[in-house]
Amino acid sequence: MSRASLFVPLGVFVVILTLGYVGFDLGARSELPSALMNKPFPEFNARLLGRQEQSISRDDLLGRPTLVNVWATWCPTCLSEHEQLMRIAATTDVQIVGVNYKDRPDQALQWLAQFGNPYRWVLDDRDGLLGIEMGVYGAPETFLLDAQGQVVYKRVGDINPRIWRSELAPRLLELGVRIDAAQSSGVEKH
Amino acid sequence: MMSKRLGRLLPWRSAMAVLALSTASTCFAVSQIDTFEFSNEIQERRYRALIDEFRCPKCLNTNLAGSDAPIAQDLRKVVYRLVVIDAMTDQEVRDYLQVRYGDFVLYAPPFNSRTWYIWIVPIGLGVLGVFVILGLQRRVARQQTGLDPAQQARLQNILQERSTADSSSAGDGHKHSETER
Repeated sequence: MSRASLFVPLGVFVVILTLGYVGFDLGARSELPSALMNKPFPEFNARLLGRQEQSISRDDLLGRPTLVNVWATWCPTCLSEHEQLMRIAATTDVQIVGVNYKDRPDQALQWLAQFGNPYRWVLDDRDGLLGIEMGVYGAPETFLLDAQGQVVYKRVGDINPRIWRSELAPRLLELGVRIDAAQSSGVEKH
Repeated sequence: MMSKRLGRLLPWRSAMAVLALSTASTCFAVSQIDTFEFSNEIQERRYRALIDEFRCPKCLNTNLAGSDAPIAQDLRKVVYRLVVIDAMTDQEVRDYLQVRYGDFVLYAPPFNSRTWYIWIVPIGLGVLGVFVILGLQRRVARQQTGLDPAQQARLQNILQERSTADSSSAGDGHKHSETER
């Protein structure tokens, strides 16, 4: 047995260590890849929050790019991303639709009154069934749909300024969304 | 006196509280009890098997049966509805969840372009192991046939000498060592 081959076990150990580090890295799993990615957004028919007599379906989202934002009043991260959503609503012409996920409608309405409403519509999903259709497993989650209703991007977690700059704004521009100069500063145009 | 006793109790109490909180808030592998009604035993068995089979999307590594995450509770309700009310087959339930939550919810992932290595690597390691064992055996075999016939005969002699020497109780130590040389 040559002297060099004595180092084979060490090499194997380093390989196992590396695989373990990559495979068991907790951060790597925090975002579950969406099964809906590059697929059509599911068919649905949901009532509007606070306007139970009115409901909208998937067809109402088509024709222009749409951000579908899953939120709830019990979710602190939703509050922290709210400011960014308000900014997006004020400075772009993307359509933002909220899904009020497993929440109490009265609290949700009060929340919107207090912090502002960036949504064109808010869907009432108090039992979380629409969430299950969308593969939602927490809040906040945000889907970007193109005008044909295909899911082109999904974010699990908050939409913060960094995510806006690096991931969301470039994709909105690609879809032809108009972004005001004030907001687009710092966005790399392709 | 009172405060002294309280001081002794406090660390113990807070330790218990931390323990209780941490076990309550994590996805622990204790089966969750739901109050579902089944019309027959087969239905219930199928439901239990299915919630055992799926992985909770929120937890790192717990199945639907063992997780108390809100999404796991919801998905158990969904599985119940699909099995009992919609009368789906097991495979239909699997497809239903996979369409919505992806391969992640299946503990047995399908074989496709993204997952092939999960299946190939263990088989590959097994094959590699067989080759290593075969190689080692061949090396041992080569070492065994390293003697020519004369050496073999001498080896046999030595072994026989030794066994007769051993059997004749104490034996003759002097003769013994001479033969060995």
